Amino acid sequence: MIHIDKDTCKGCGICIAVCPKSVLEFSKELNQKGVNYPEVVNEKKCILCENCMIYCPDFAVVVKKDGKK
Amino acid sequence: MVNPVTHNLKKYFRGEINYTTCPGCGNGIVAQAILWAIDDSGIDFDNYAFVSGIGCSGWIPSPAFNTDVLHVTHGRAIAFATGLKLAAPNMKIIVTAGDGDTSAIGGNHFIHACRRNIDLTMICVNNQIYGMTGGQIAPTTPYLSKTTTTPYGSVERPFDLSKIAIAAGATFVARWTTFQARQLRKTIAKAILHPGFSFVEIISQCPVQYGKVLKKRNDAVAMLMDYKERSINLKKARELQKSELKDKIIVGEFVEERNVPELTQEINRLREEALQKCQR
Repeated sequence: MIHIDKDTCKGCGICIAVCPKSVLEFSKELNQKGVNYPEVVNEKKCILCENCMIYCPDFAVVVKKDGKK
Repeated sequence: MVNPVTHNLKKYFRGEINYTTCPGCGNGIVAQAILWAIDDSGIDFDNYAFVSGIGCSGWIPSPAFNTDVLHVTHGRAIAFATGLKLAAPNMKIIVTAGDGDTSAIGGNHFIHACRRNIDLTMICVNNQIYGMTGGQIAPTTPYLSKTTTTPYGSVERPFDLSKIAIAAGATFVARWTTFQARQLRKTIAKAILHPGFSFVEIISQCPVQYGKVLKKRNDAVAMLMDYKERSINLKKARELQKSELKDKIIVGEFVEERNVPELTQEINRLREEALQKCQR
């Protein structure tokens, strides 16, 4: 499961670029900071590589494997 | 959502995670690599102390991390950390400094810490420019870069911080870019456990100030992909000619030396010897 804290996001787009399976895309709406945040569009394609979490400079993306904590 | 999902690293923070860096700044990636390495090390977070200097990189541990954090004067992070290590030798001390802290105002502290081989972990976030003050030329800015203070291009040759550390005698030297975040995490974990001065240089993107120089303003993704293309591993780089390595960033773990006298142990030994002489 990918959880995105949309109001912490500053919209740099690194998570979208480093995703090997194009799971994420920019949203059409703006967040509190006035930027387009990433949204999960193809959750089924996600391989839980955690790239989006590791590269997020604002700790806004959390990847958790289902069934584990 | 009933239970909001919290980040795995939230436990290391004082309150909410709220980094005030520019969008796409590499500081957050470095902060995450440090915390993941600490998570991997299995040592209690209270046994760590962070010392940071002035500059954007000073705000990585301060005031966010929920442990002892010293935010000290410009360039003197290593000087404070040396004193802290000698006073509390059992603590794991991590210094986060920028390239200005390391090579410009704190250059002498840096080379002497390498020479003394004191057990510190130094994490140098090298964004190749003075980011916080408005994009002036730093000692690490590449040749012919057009910054705010060198509008016709810099004619000075940049410092290679890892080479300085090796030459000054540091016993663990590594360099990665922010694109190699996974390798960085492993290297920092190694550096924390290394007995002696360990220096980890991280080439980090500054999309606002250095992005302006590269004509990639506010485009952190382009800068990261640039690092991906330009970085070359040490083993591969050894086989190539010097002309082929132009504009490349050589990454990897350069030096790992053990069995070198370490300052705090040496001082302890000296103290015991002196005590024995007094008792005689």
